[in-house]
Amino acid sequence: MLIQYLLVLIFLYGLVRSITRFRHKEFSKTNLVVWIILWLVGIVVVLIPDVTFSIARVFGVGRGADLVVYLSLAVLFLVVFRLVSKTEKMERDITKLTRKIALEKVTKK
Amino acid sequence: MRGGQLKSQPARLLVKLVKFKMLFIIVPAYNEEKNIGRVVSGLFEHGYNNVVVVDDGSDDGTSETAKGAGAEVIIHPVNRGQGAALQTGQDYAIREGAEIVVHFDGDGQFNPEDIAPAIELINSGDCDVVLGSKLLDGRSKIPWTKRRIIIPLARFLNHIFTGVKLSDVHNGFRVLNRLALEKIEITNSGMAHNTEIVRKIREHGLKFKEHPVEVTYYKYGQGARGGLQIVFDLLISKIIK
Repeated sequence: MLIQYLLVLIFLYGLVRSITRFRHKEFSKTNLVVWIILWLVGIVVVLIPDVTFSIARVFGVGRGADLVVYLSLAVLFLVVFRLVSKTEKMERDITKLTRKIALEKVTKK
Repeated sequence: MRGGQLKSQPARLLVKLVKFKMLFIIVPAYNEEKNIGRVVSGLFEHGYNNVVVVDDGSDDGTSETAKGAGAEVIIHPVNRGQGAALQTGQDYAIREGAEIVVHFDGDGQFNPEDIAPAIELINSGDCDVVLGSKLLDGRSKIPWTKRRIIIPLARFLNHIFTGVKLSDVHNGFRVLNRLALEKIEITNSGMAHNTEIVRKIREHGLKFKEHPVEVTYYKYGQGARGGLQIVFDLLISKIIK
């Protein structure tokens, strides 16, 4: 099916990007390993969808595809939450820095 | 009536505070080149010569204009929001030994005449914080959408988030004594700092009073998107400390 090729291509691109980022030292080793596993699992699931069937049964979900959607959503929510928290923290740090710079420039009267 | 009060004990104390630079007027300003000069000179005309303009990373000549008008100018190298600008002003005031600070918007919507009676309220010892309200007298001409929809909605949300009932929630006119100045540290950079300040007043058991101020609308305000942003900021700040 066309969707399979498309998804595999996207995951392969992700795989290649992960490796190049690691090579440019923007990625730690653990990061690289986690992402490679994720991309590979994605590719396997897309090419051999039946593997999810047995796993889904264990979790009590009817279809493999459903399990993938449920888990993906949960993970996505976690990632978004983490991102929002981090951005908020960064915003506050930038404000602190800005304030420090601003106040240092004002000479004491 | 007000003229008579000025001769009173608190009024003399007020004159002393102004003279000895213990009173700081903090004016947050972002791209207010057109208004800031008028605001600063208006304050000076009313005898307040300790005006601190916090230029929140403006792209225009806000800081030059403010300096030209005689204000002390603190410049944020990048734009951080009104809450952040106010706190920078407060940090400066604390450092300089302020006894009383006034929050006064930089867009010219407030009337400097409202400051003196508000400071008298603080000096009388009845309260630590005075919060301006445009709804306590008939001087402010408020667009009906604001009066009927936005302000009641803001009042309701404020009550939920802070547990305090106020007539006018998002009013940038405030007077704080030293105690309040030290207790109320604004961490919310954006416009949600209004609610944060009210929450901290309650948390620290500070005494507050609402005080009528005149607001002149030169522009409408924040619009719906700004309002939604405030609610979002409040929710985030509930989750993330």
